[in-house]
Amino acid sequence: MKYYDKLIFECSKEGRRGYSLPENAFPAAGELPVALRRQAPLNLPEVSEPDVVRHYTNLSQMNFGVDTGFYPLGSCTMKYNPKINEEMAALPGFAGLHPLMPARLTEGACKVYEEMDKALAAITGMYKFTFAPCAGAHGELTGLMLMRQYHVNRGDLKRTKVIVPDSAHGTNPASAAVCGLEVVEVKSLENGRIDVEALKPLLTDEIAGIMMTNPNTLGLFETEIKSIAALVHAAGGLLYYDGANMNPLMGVVRPGDMGFDIMHLNLHKTFSTPHGGGGPGSGPVGVAQKLVDCLPGIRVSAFHGNFGVILRAYAYILSLGREHLRKVGEYAVLSANYIKESLKDVYKLPIEGVCKHEFVFDGLINDGAHDDVPGATTLDVAKRLLDYGFHAPTIYFPLLFHQALMIEPTETESKETIDAFIAVMRKIAEEAARDPNILHEAPHNTPISRPDETTAARNPILKYQEN
Amino acid sequence: MLDKIGVKKLEDLYSDVPAEFLHKGAYALPPAMSEQEIRDCFASLEAMNAHLKVFVGAGAYDHYTPAVIPYLCSRSEFLTAYTPYQCEISQGTLRYIFEYQSLICSLTGLDVSNASLYDGPTAAAEAMKMAVACTRKKPRVLLSKGLLPHVIEVVETYARFHGVEIGYVPVMNGQTCPNCLKAELAKDDVAGVIVPSINRYGIVEDHTGFADAVHAEKGLLVEYCDPSALAVVKTPGEWDADIAVGDGQPLGLPLSYGGPYVGFMAVKKEHMRKMPGRIVGQTVDKDGRRVFVLTLQAREQHIKREKATSNICSNESLMALWVTIYLSLMGPEGLKEVNRLSCDGAHYLYAELLKTGCFEEVFPGKPFLKEFVLKPKQAGMQERLEKAGFFAALPTEEGYVSFCVTEKRTKAEIDALVKAVKEG
Repeated sequence: MKYYDKLIFECSKEGRRGYSLPENAFPAAGELPVALRRQAPLNLPEVSEPDVVRHYTNLSQMNFGVDTGFYPLGSCTMKYNPKINEEMAALPGFAGLHPLMPARLTEGACKVYEEMDKALAAITGMYKFTFAPCAGAHGELTGLMLMRQYHVNRGDLKRTKVIVPDSAHGTNPASAAVCGLEVVEVKSLENGRIDVEALKPLLTDEIAGIMMTNPNTLGLFETEIKSIAALVHAAGGLLYYDGANMNPLMGVVRPGDMGFDIMHLNLHKTFSTPHGGGGPGSGPVGVAQKLVDCLPGIRVSAFHGNFGVILRAYAYILSLGREHLRKVGEYAVLSANYIKESLKDVYKLPIEGVCKHEFVFDGLINDGAHDDVPGATTLDVAKRLLDYGFHAPTIYFPLLFHQALMIEPTETESKETIDAFIAVMRKIAEEAARDPNILHEAPHNTPISRPDETTAARNPILKYQEN
Repeated sequence: MLDKIGVKKLEDLYSDVPAEFLHKGAYALPPAMSEQEIRDCFASLEAMNAHLKVFVGAGAYDHYTPAVIPYLCSRSEFLTAYTPYQCEISQGTLRYIFEYQSLICSLTGLDVSNASLYDGPTAAAEAMKMAVACTRKKPRVLLSKGLLPHVIEVVETYARFHGVEIGYVPVMNGQTCPNCLKAELAKDDVAGVIVPSINRYGIVEDHTGFADAVHAEKGLLVEYCDPSALAVVKTPGEWDADIAVGDGQPLGLPLSYGGPYVGFMAVKKEHMRKMPGRIVGQTVDKDGRRVFVLTLQAREQHIKREKATSNICSNESLMALWVTIYLSLMGPEGLKEVNRLSCDGAHYLYAELLKTGCFEEVFPGKPFLKEFVLKPKQAGMQERLEKAGFFAALPTEEGYVSFCVTEKRTKAEIDALVKAVKEG
């Protein structure tokens, strides 16, 4: 990767053109009334096609993607994105469909939705899916709307609170707030699981339900899920499953069977669609049969959700089929446990035992702190990994540990890649013990060094300004 | 690997799962397909869809996509990257988002843009929430009935659960009624008003006096816009709006049956810290180089949890790149030319359709660009045109039919459509 400093505006030269449009064959329609016309200058760059291609190619070369290297980003499930899926989603017979075309004109698209509904229901044990949500958090919000609607439909109007574990993804409480629900936090036990005894007194008749992810954000299976489900249901609440951590359960365990009533899936995680530098995603929401009546009347996006993403996920499911689904879950779990066991003598493992698709270290065992030299932090380890050609794990999440380093390898990495990652993590631990300054100053080999984030937030420059 | 872990077989990795939850038997899924079989399967699905010339807009517009865009957007360094949290190896993503924000500010005439939202309607819903958060007034927001129906429905859904009361401003004479707006403002506290720059009938609205009226009541004015049309129509900034939202789809994104699209939002500077979503800012690195980072994150869910300005995490980053490349290629002249071609084509179709005698004008003399409605004299117009190879004459709830012409529609196609109308 090399540093490239231009912005597209700095490539601009008056009169350059990068477009080609047909000749105007129509009589001139006349102008808009002056009062309705744009008066402000239109400051768009003027660049040729080769300028554009070079500029964005240069930008791309400052980026790291799954196709570049290993991306062990916990809770993000950065698995390989099969290329056939891209081609299928771009077929003109799909890309050219207008969203308001009636079903009689879009039978192929409708069939994709039907088949996806069936497949996701089979994989998760839910009854029916809506594909409108455009991302995971959007799915959470939709799911919580369905939760509230369920209670409202039964005339149970006082259920305005939702229980969220302290280890939950940040989107869980945020989605609850957008949905108008009050968040009640339930603590985790020393072993990282929900404290069932602490949960019991929270289960009043004001509780709409509980949001969980299982395995939780520590990568640990919630072993008490059966009694949690029974308690919540007995109290009149519903169970929501955050599908961000569905990958280890693929082909092995179904959320519906564990008692979950509503869930979302992240097609851009579990179902291999590319993350695109932060989206587009797709967050279909599945519900148990008793919630099907709540689906109509909740419209959360423009049309049919992110169809292009759904097509990719469908191609992925077809490539797995019933034969290979289980390998996804098993191999993801195998890889995670292998890394954990291979590194736990140099990184602090706060909770022993088998994990699922991911696990959390609480920083280095020997961070090299001595005299006036502060020890290497999790941020330092993350930045040093970049020097060795790996993406960093998720850091400082979950909030239960101060030096959290959350590693998720996924099932699509070879043993050789995983071993190389382990070797580098060990080397970084050695470097820290020897001289933590190497880590404090990392990264050394990336296009830029560490940025001044404080100034960025204090004096925000959020758009291009000509000098 | 199993030895290292200390288990004998893969199943042992699930020993912590109660046995009753381990799925027994086969999953009800189709058998695995090879790549070639997947290709065949998708070809047959694709063939089940109709291939029609699109003469409908209503929130999704069939503009031309220059070849450069899918070519660059499929570069795996963009496509397979995660959110740019590790800025040292994400300068590509961060730079194009910064460019995108700059372009959205330029189009809308407002100060600050975020890094994208899901789509137009959800951007409007976020604006509704933001108006309430910024004004700390009674949670009541007014919607123009001129907004597209699906925008209204999504905002209503969000409002119902978020505890926001929705009021409506009717359309009179093809435009959001200024006197009705004033009457609604006088009735009760209003946190914000959402009006369409171009309404559901395709008419370019006159919002003279809207901002003053809304600001006098200490509310925020939100303009819902077609960003392509902002090259030629008065901008939210020029109307003195506080927030601009809309869908970036008209900027060269394929129709793709409704998604992925990209919601945009730009605001006046004073509302910056109440904005939802990610924002990229410029700073310097340790070596003094200009670099870009995610900034103002104290608004976001991963820091603020239930106190965040929104729950949004994943957005539509790749589609923001798509829009950025589109605007770079088109430049000011290209984007104006797209509007010129679409507008001239639409007016030609409008005149030719009236000549057939099969339609009546609904809003004579009202200014429109690429989209318009007419009242058909006979039923079944949409089906008739379908048979001739056109997706056109989309029925509206008022009994009109709507048409749209983009630069992709040729004179020959328009003439053929008109012929199909005549021949009945």
